[in-house]
Amino acid sequence: MLEIKNLHVKLEEEEKQILKGVDLKVDSGKVHAIMGPNGSGKSTLSYVLSGRDGYEVTDGAASLDGNDLLDMEPEERAAAGLFLAFQYPVEIPGVGNMTFLRTAVNAQRKARGEEELSAADFLKIVRERAKSLKINADMLKRPVNVGFSGGEKKRNEILQMAMLEPKMCILDETDSGLDVDAMKLVAEGVNALRDEGRGFLVITHYQRLLDHIKPDVVHIMADGRIVKTGGPELALEVENNGYADILAEVQ
Amino acid sequence: MALPEIKQTATEARLATLELPTAGCTKPAREAAIARVREMGLPDRRDEYWKYTRPDTLVQAEGTKAALFDNDEPLMFDQIDRLKIVFVDGIFDAEASDDLSLEGVKIERLEDICCTDIHWAKDLYGVLETRGHDPVPRPLAALNTAFAADGVAIHVTGKPSKPISLIYVHKDEASDAFLHHIVRVESGAEATILENGPAAARFNKCMEIDIADGGTLHHVRSQGRDHERRAVTHMFTRLGSESVYKSFTLTVNGVLTRNEQVIEILGDDAVAHVAGACVGDGDFHHDDTVFITHDAVNCESRQVFKKVLRNGATGVFQGKILVKAGAQKTDGYQISQSLLLDDDSQFLAKPELEIYADDVACSHGSTSGAIDDTALFYLRSRGVPQEVATDLLTLAFLAEAVEEIEDEDLSADIVSRLESWLSRRR
Ligand SMILES: Nc1ncnc2c1ncn2[C@@H]1O[C@H](COP(=O)(O)OP(=O)(O)OP(=O)(O)O)[C@@H](O)[C@H]1O
Ligand SMILES: [Mg+2]
Repeated sequence: MLEIKNLHVKLEEEEKQILKGVDLKVDSGKVHAIMGPNGSGKSTLSYVLSGRDGYEVTDGAASLDGNDLLDMEPEERAAAGLFLAFQYPVEIPGVGNMTFLRTAVNAQRKARGEEELSAADFLKIVRERAKSLKINADMLKRPVNVGFSGGEKKRNEILQMAMLEPKMCILDETDSGLDVDAMKLVAEGVNALRDEGRGFLVITHYQRLLDHIKPDVVHIMADGRIVKTGGPELALEVENNGYADILAEVQ
Repeated sequence: MALPEIKQTATEARLATLELPTAGCTKPAREAAIARVREMGLPDRRDEYWKYTRPDTLVQAEGTKAALFDNDEPLMFDQIDRLKIVFVDGIFDAEASDDLSLEGVKIERLEDICCTDIHWAKDLYGVLETRGHDPVPRPLAALNTAFAADGVAIHVTGKPSKPISLIYVHKDEASDAFLHHIVRVESGAEATILENGPAAARFNKCMEIDIADGGTLHHVRSQGRDHERRAVTHMFTRLGSESVYKSFTLTVNGVLTRNEQVIEILGDDAVAHVAGACVGDGDFHHDDTVFITHDAVNCESRQVFKKVLRNGATGVFQGKILVKAGAQKTDGYQISQSLLLDDDSQFLAKPELEIYADDVACSHGSTSGAIDDTALFYLRSRGVPQEVATDLLTLAFLAEAVEEIEDEDLSADIVSRLESWLSRRR
């Protein structure tokens, strides 16, 4: 499904290499987790995959279902089924959350040649999915993420994911800032979407989230590379011992 | 003081092209207005008050032509039940207009009141305009008082059940029109006035609004979309105690627009809000010039102006709050912002505060910025195409101004209008 080969990325404005050859393959139906020290390039990877400006791919490739991602506009990647839950969700004053969700859902449907959802159908679905994430009517009415608490913003990301039903979901530290109950809600939201046709790439610093969302594969990223790959036990090892041993071992 | 020769020549050249309408009771006011024009001289680009906007095409003897804007868009305010008063190139069109009778308001054509001897209009026509030249002269308004051939006198005595809608149709490519309306809102009365349409190739409009104690006036206007039209409008408003005036103006297109609002708050506990949203593309120059005087205790004024500019469009804002000595507990707010969609467009702002009372809360701010890249990426990452995302952010930017309209149907009409205009341009 998602295939990243030897991806090298530098900042557009500076001579700073951030990703130094990332190789990663997520098959559909699988959940992969990425852990790694601060500044190792995890968010950069997720931004480059979703098409944010400011980065230059100097080598390598990334594709979704065989289609070259790096060649597409951000909205085309989204319509192709890629979704990124942001580490820092963006506040958009003046744009209602509901308007935003409906515009996004219908834009993707249109791009895929599907019929737009009627206002009534949309409302029904959004209410139902918001409810299971404990997002109240007021949060749906307010401007996107404006005045939302850290945890509310993260839940709002998962609501967007639930509405857009993407094929490949990247979650960038969706667990940070969540209280225990909210973490469970988010994990339930993710688990509800888990199925054969869908892949997940879950970026996290904590094993805790992985108790709720059981990963098939765990990768360790350091200094712009995937330095180690293993099963769920790798996350436990990080939790117990930190990164020092792993980094020493791979050097 | 004698005028500079160039100014005097230009003023006389303009006056020579105009004829004083035969206008009974307003005749003395008109003659006095001509004298004011001669004394002030028509504006030219050496005038400080016209530093950012060139007045020559508004002043010169010959107007410039403006092609009619052909479109199949539904008419503005079409869904709203209203009393329609239609002017075609500045002349009242009785056939296209509704019957002018409506409970709670008396509406008369200026022409018709001129024969009666005693009329409230005498105490208003040209009166607020005359007061409005201190400290800055507004000679184009005086020119209007002198030569406006048509207009209506609206006397609000109750709470009319629907808005009074002034519709300005532009049919003649070379029209050069003046309209002068006077509005008196009596104590405790409340009305909504709507204005829309391009009016003429060159349009000079003046409106004098007198709101008595406890009166309320809502005013929503949308200036026509004809690309080549030029307009200068003046609105002079005087507020009594506990009165309310709320005005919103939408401007999309038009090669030149200068909107002046002069507001005098004379009674305690009064509220005045003026807001404007404009969207300009290319050869577009839009100037909002506002002067609010607080001369009473515990009054509130708000100015909210938002301009979206692209492809070399220019936006101007000159806004002043003057708080006179004794106008304690004044709450004055002023914000003017532009969203520049490219590097060729520009926003020129001159916000001013002049305060002679010590117990006041006044704030003003002015910003110029581009579309927020982070927000744009966030929207696109959810599958919203770049142009649609830009429109959404543009509407979001304008929202604060549009929200100044209290009536939800009217603001919804304005928003849907903006949405369709933005999407049509794509
Ligand atoms: N636009 C930018 N300008 C300057 N430096 C940048 C930029 N984007 C990323 N970097 C740098 O690249 C490196 C990787 O950053 P990134 O955000 O990808 O790390 P991360 O693995 O997500 O870290 P964390 O766990 O703290 O979220 C960091 O050193 C960061 O400072
Ligand atoms: Mg990160």
